[in-house]
Amino acid sequence: MEVGRLPISASQRGKLIAAGYTTLSSFSSLSPSHLARDLKISDNEAAEIMRVASHSHRLDGSAAGCGTVNGAQTAWDMLHEEEMFPRITTSCMDLDNILGGGINCKEVTEIGGVPGIGKTQLGIQLAINVQIPVDYGGLGGKAIYIDTEGSFMVERALQIAEACIEDMSECGGLLRKDFQACQLKMHPNNILENIFYFRVCSYTEQIALINYLDKFISEHKDVKIVIVDSVTFHFRQDFDDMALRTRLLSGMALKLMKLAKDFSLAVVLLNQVTNKYIDGSFQLTLALGDSWSHSCTNRVILYWNGNERYAYIDKSPSLRSASAPYSVTSKGIRNSASNCKRIKMM
Amino acid sequence: MANKQISQMGLPKSIANVFAARNVFTAKALSLMELRVQNEHLAGHLPTHMKGLDEALCGGIPFGVLTELVGPAGIGKTQFCLKLSLLASLPASYGGLDGHVIYIDVESKFSSRRLIEIGVKSFPEIFHRKGMAQEMAGRIHVLRPASLSEFTESLQQIKISLLQNQVKLLVIDSMAALVTGEFEHGAPRQNTLGWHVSFIKSLAEFSRIPVVVTNQVRSQSRDEICHYYFQVQSWNETIEDRTRHDSHLVAALGINWAHAVTIRLVLEAKSDQRFIKVAKSPISPPLAFPFNITSSGILLLSDDGIELTGPDINAIHCQGHNDIINFGGESLQC
Repeated sequence: MEVGRLPISASQRGKLIAAGYTTLSSFSSLSPSHLARDLKISDNEAAEIMRVASHSHRLDGSAAGCGTVNGAQTAWDMLHEEEMFPRITTSCMDLDNILGGGINCKEVTEIGGVPGIGKTQLGIQLAINVQIPVDYGGLGGKAIYIDTEGSFMVERALQIAEACIEDMSECGGLLRKDFQACQLKMHPNNILENIFYFRVCSYTEQIALINYLDKFISEHKDVKIVIVDSVTFHFRQDFDDMALRTRLLSGMALKLMKLAKDFSLAVVLLNQVTNKYIDGSFQLTLALGDSWSHSCTNRVILYWNGNERYAYIDKSPSLRSASAPYSVTSKGIRNSASNCKRIKMM
Repeated sequence: MANKQISQMGLPKSIANVFAARNVFTAKALSLMELRVQNEHLAGHLPTHMKGLDEALCGGIPFGVLTELVGPAGIGKTQFCLKLSLLASLPASYGGLDGHVIYIDVESKFSSRRLIEIGVKSFPEIFHRKGMAQEMAGRIHVLRPASLSEFTESLQQIKISLLQNQVKLLVIDSMAALVTGEFEHGAPRQNTLGWHVSFIKSLAEFSRIPVVVTNQVRSQSRDEICHYYFQVQSWNETIEDRTRHDSHLVAALGINWAHAVTIRLVLEAKSDQRFIKVAKSPISPPLAFPFNITSSGILLLSDDGIELTGPDINAIHCQGHNDIINFGGESLQC
């Protein structure tokens, strides 16, 4: 057990460490007078320290001095866990590349952009791609789609689902896999069946729903992605108390992170943009303010670059900043068409 | 909405949240689709009788979402709205919704004479029958709120009529006019319509009707050419952009509103031709259709739209459309 965790004063701690005693076991076998001489403190003080140390040791209950903190996980274990869950593909190779393979589970990813750039399209694509069976490199999971704006259109989801199944059959054919069995299971209706759709009409509903998700997901353990489209909408309309808004948003962010961690699922939050006056000019930034920008693990900004749509990794602990082009077609999100023959849509 | 009333009651947060949780509407996406395709008339779309546009929008103006028409003055937004009102009141056998229409006319642009003219020219077999014109026109209820507060009140009444299931279309012409003139300067215009937008969207959704809103344009000021911090621009490019943007128009009501609408149809005039563009739509590709205004409403010149890539689909051009439209000898300045 570490000396740093002992409930003793900072000066006493400093003296212990300076004398070379960094763990409990290193001085627990000493006599108080020996300790007092080493630390140049009184006998009483040394006896007090040892009493506290043995008391804490008893509470801790761990006999070995390996220094594990309850509830912590070693980095090595985390690395192995990460490799267990494949990432959720976005169906666009360039985008997957900059994301390190796709959207990561156990993390909260925020995706923002101007209206019409394709946020809802990406959300629907992810809700469908999470259902790709494990045989085809997917997660075979279900999706929760929380719609705050009413922009989820079932016809479009059906279109994208059909295109996804087509792509999988082609892929299966190329690899000569036995896709017959999969084909029977993967009907567009099955895909739609696995998307749990929630419509929330106010910020109280939104917060109530996120609180309720804990229970919902424990009953539906195969949910692997939660998409909120968009997290901003209700917090931008008639909110007078900004301090309250910040509190609510950070509370919500913490709950979502806990959900992601506890159930090993991906959380994707779609955000809107706003104009901000920085350095003498207006710049585009994602909405909800500066404190919210800390709340998400990863942040992706979708923007127009000339005539093409691009995605930029704005913030991520493990991915480097990079841009990648993508396009929105009748089949959903796909690679940018500039590199290949143009396909007429519709 | 119910939730707003709860929050006005000043209940402690925990109780308000419990109420809100009970209200949460959940469904599986499949059941959504089944419900709509099987039960709803015309699978949830109001056909506009413009073939190219209907195809692009998967059947027509969709139910349950906010559709915005934005364009410069005189381009044809009100004409479009008049045509839609007529289509919604037609009997189902003619592709209509056989229902009532609430038309909120803020700028006093509604012309019943023009409405009947469109009806007579587009559907002569219905309108030449005795009494039909009166019945069709009788289904369109025109409200003329003089201020934002009057509009707010009328929204509450509209909610009640929607619950009685008679109204099949809500048209608001125009949304921007409600806000202009409400405040002199300096007031936060962005949040003025915040509550109204949420309310209208929830009206649309729970009653599953199409809601069409028109919007005005304004010129883009220099300060507004916005990019993200990571988009590096050379100094020369910036100057060039600024002069170019002096003549550009943008939709009024701000970026909040642009996020809030589900479908945005941009009407513009470019090189002496009018276009209607599907600028923002989750279900359509970015297509532009050339059109003209005729005695029977709006007529698309081509049903195969021109596909526009890039952000140009959102741009609003206004060149040389201030001409007088001639048809059949009569002239009508829109």
